[in-house]
Amino acid sequence: MVKKLAVLDVNKCIGCMECMFACTRREGRAGFDKSAIRVRSAGGIERGFVVVVCRACEYPPCVKVCPTDALRLRKGGGVILNKDKCIGCGFCAQACIMGAIFWDDELDKPIVCKYCGDCADYCVHNAIGLVDV
Amino acid sequence: MKAEELNRVLYVDLTKKDIKVKDRTDLFDKYLGGSGVAIKLLDEECPTGIDPLSAANPIIFAVGPLTALYPSASKTVAMFKSPLTGNLGESHCGGRSAMAIRLAGYGAIVITGSSDILLYLVIEGDKVKFRDASSIGGMDAQTVGRILREAETGSGVRTIIRTGRAGGKLVRYACAVSETYRHFGRLGLGAVMGSKNLKALVISADKSVEIPKDKMKEYRKVYDEIHDVVVKTDAMEKYHDLGTAGKLYEMNKLGGMAHKNLESASAPEAIARELSGENFANKFLSRRISCSHCPVGCVHLASLRELYAPGHYFKTTTIPYDNEPIYAVGFMLGMEHAEDCLRLIDAVDSVAMDIISTGVALAWATEAYAKGLITKAHTDGLDLRWGDVQTYLAAIEKIVEMPTEFYQNLAMGVEHASSVYGGQDYALAFGGNEMPAYHTGIACYINNLTGARHSHLDSAGYTLDQKLIGKEFSIEEVVKSLIAEEEWRQILSSLVVCFFARGVYTSERVLKAMAAIGLENWSPEKLEVVGRDIHRAKMNFKFREGFELAKLRIPKRIFEVPTPHGLLKEEDLRKAIEIYGGIISAQKSSDF
Repeated sequence: MVKKLAVLDVNKCIGCMECMFACTRREGRAGFDKSAIRVRSAGGIERGFVVVVCRACEYPPCVKVCPTDALRLRKGGGVILNKDKCIGCGFCAQACIMGAIFWDDELDKPIVCKYCGDCADYCVHNAIGLVDV
Repeated sequence: MKAEELNRVLYVDLTKKDIKVKDRTDLFDKYLGGSGVAIKLLDEECPTGIDPLSAANPIIFAVGPLTALYPSASKTVAMFKSPLTGNLGESHCGGRSAMAIRLAGYGAIVITGSSDILLYLVIEGDKVKFRDASSIGGMDAQTVGRILREAETGSGVRTIIRTGRAGGKLVRYACAVSETYRHFGRLGLGAVMGSKNLKALVISADKSVEIPKDKMKEYRKVYDEIHDVVVKTDAMEKYHDLGTAGKLYEMNKLGGMAHKNLESASAPEAIARELSGENFANKFLSRRISCSHCPVGCVHLASLRELYAPGHYFKTTTIPYDNEPIYAVGFMLGMEHAEDCLRLIDAVDSVAMDIISTGVALAWATEAYAKGLITKAHTDGLDLRWGDVQTYLAAIEKIVEMPTEFYQNLAMGVEHASSVYGGQDYALAFGGNEMPAYHTGIACYINNLTGARHSHLDSAGYTLDQKLIGKEFSIEEVVKSLIAEEEWRQILSSLVVCFFARGVYTSERVLKAMAAIGLENWSPEKLEVVGRDIHRAKMNFKFREGFELAKLRIPKRIFEVPTPHGLLKEEDLRKAIEIYGGIISAQKSSDF
């Protein structure tokens, strides 16, 4: 079954950023400059948090604006990035109104969620998780 | 971007508005980071005998080798000469501060000099900007945070460390606040920032630390092991559930909780229930949050909805609560309602003062007023009475604005105020620092007196007291045990690991965690020696600045109220101090 990442209950998020650290850890780094998921306060911590991550849209706007076909549809929803084809134009990031396409300043290319679920494995409060598409 | 090594130290000169970056591998190799590196930098940068509120006093922020790499390694150590005690100033803060400093590419930041105009600093990785803060000078800590969040577009994730009004007014126990709800609380960092004309620091993280390729597998394994211990065992569950406030009720029941300036060590049952962590959670808890890279979420936020003007004008305030604030402005000030306790916490947080010092100072003032040592002429008309929230709110404001000489003195701490007005027998400061909650036995007071920061977290004497109930022990054993604990905590605060995770980061796990990121050639013995070295370096700084064990003042009050171990005797405490002095001068540091 194809999976996608979902925000299960944002009210359970405590803002620990474990998900962000887990995502960058896949690249052999400690930090979050390679992360495809971000947690930020919803305008001051007292209002809680917002989890920004690819929602695996059925008809993703990012794919529609990619001029080189570097982004293609993933079966069941979401996208797959072919970095070799990507010229770093940034249209995809602009097209995503969720702000869920992040930017890799070193490669000058987008960071797109791979729906691997590593982040969810470290979310002990179950704010996020993998769900069937 | 790849972060540079931990050994990069950013030096900021506020007088010249100039910066430089130095490689201090020499310090990080030997003393890890955090407290270890900070005390060496303080030694280098702070001339002997200076006025702590002069430009010559440096501020040092330091993180450690585990920062951003492992869960719950989430604290930043600040060091400076304390304007409250006149010797070692050290306080620890979480929030996003540690992660931001490390991922901005630094192991430590040293701030020297004093600016001619009020400034805030923006550190965005390699870029450091000096910004005019004139327009936010008289503002409270929450508002400053909100304005800077919007004014600065700094990339990535950031920390905003700022002072409130108390810092600008040089209240000796003014604190610095980060991320609205976390504090560099104790010993007056806010006043030192105020004296330097430094309102705030905004530090943005834009890098990541590369794990050596050949270590990746090992690193992930150790990471997961630590993560599992943090989240799957009960080692830290108590901090998540009710938070630090969870132990208030039991501590009161035990009779180890100072109430009304230690009139007794146990509040009446109804008050204890009202001010318990359970009651705060049931009535007011609105959210639990955590520091960066810590899955525990010990930070408890209350929501207080109040009618503040006729015509249904309500306001809802979010207020952080913990064990110590509830003690300091709840138990110590005789509050009878949790709401009132929250109002006081909010008021102290807004002006940004250390809440323990504020509560203890006001508790002393209340007793001194009742005994006639001070009058309404001193208090500027305030009728200080236990449980009177409106009067205490006004008093907090007056400590900052200092309308009379009395408040100028109270703003210098209870040690100083009681030296002017009397009432030293019940002025509850130790080594010049106002006391934490505990009246559990001899160990907590040996901790308060001899701990390098005079903080309950130096050696957790209150924990030892509880373990010793019903057991035979000698004073020497207690002193030795406290010294060993304080020495080990230097390692934790050099790595820098949160003390709440001390049960997770055992010596064995620390060594595994270090090895998995390439810090090899460390052993339990070497950790022990370095912990001792760091502790002695801190004590040497204190002695250098005039601290004397033999001259420690012990308020008589603590001998008049029974502890769970019965009444304490002054001669026993004096003996303990003597034993302590003997041990630390016999076991000198290896090379400091």
